[in-house]
Amino acid sequence: MSETVKKFLYVNRKAPYGTIYALEALEVVLIGAAFDQDVSMAFLDDGVFQLVKGQSTDGIGVKNFSPTFRALGDYEVTKLFVEQESLDERGLTADDLQEITYEDEDDDWEEKPSIRIVSRSEMSDVMADQDVVLSF
Amino acid sequence: MKFGIVVSEGPYTHQASDTAFNFAKAALENGHEVPRVFFYHDGVNVGTRLSIPPQDERNIQQQWTALGKEHNIDLVICIAAAQRRGLLDENEANRQGKDANNIADGFRISGLGQLIEMGIQTDRLMTFGD
Repeated sequence: MSETVKKFLYVNRKAPYGTIYALEALEVVLIGAAFDQDVSMAFLDDGVFQLVKGQSTDGIGVKNFSPTFRALGDYEVTKLFVEQESLDERGLTADDLQEITYEDEDDDWEEKPSIRIVSRSEMSDVMADQDVVLSF
Repeated sequence: MKFGIVVSEGPYTHQASDTAFNFAKAALENGHEVPRVFFYHDGVNVGTRLSIPPQDERNIQQQWTALGKEHNIDLVICIAAAQRRGLLDENEANRQGKDANNIADGFRISGLGQLIEMGIQTDRLMTFGD
């Protein structure tokens, strides 16, 4: 396996259901975790709906994959950037999102939040800082 | 420069695979390298040899197969996305007990690791999608 460590950003722009983009994006993130790269995820536009808590898909006959986001910490995916403006535009606040945490091995395994709410201009800085951006 | 290319929308429905093809061709003509193209989401449908567009239309699969052969491009179809959508090579058809396979010449089916590896090994990763 390559020893190069690159900064990967997975950009999630679509609602969790209605199209397959969100589910197949998450499949890439989980497989990609095996490559030991520096991984971040971005949630903007309708992508912020992916993290909303209390999702139920009983009525639409598709799998509810939202619990998987809470397992990302175990895959060392610990940076989930969520755009404030996208939340605002959809009448959402940080309180509407599920709690996602990771255990920080550099800080005595203290449990810390993975979700970081950032402004649109901060999000552009996050993107500019990456080597590889995969957009879904 | 080494370009990695992702095609994430289906052929004919969406322009993504055409634009990706034109980009790859132009990059190669200008001395750049395109070692791999990764087909994901509905983009996997580019790789079926059973599509028959009208004769006066471009044949997207054949365009890719020809470009791939000419420039030794690794045309990879994501296995997870392909299985959902009925794209199978001979091995997978046998393994799954299916009575047919449909992968076009020059394409191969492999895992998502090939996409990550492409991101690591190329200088720029370009996504063509929606």
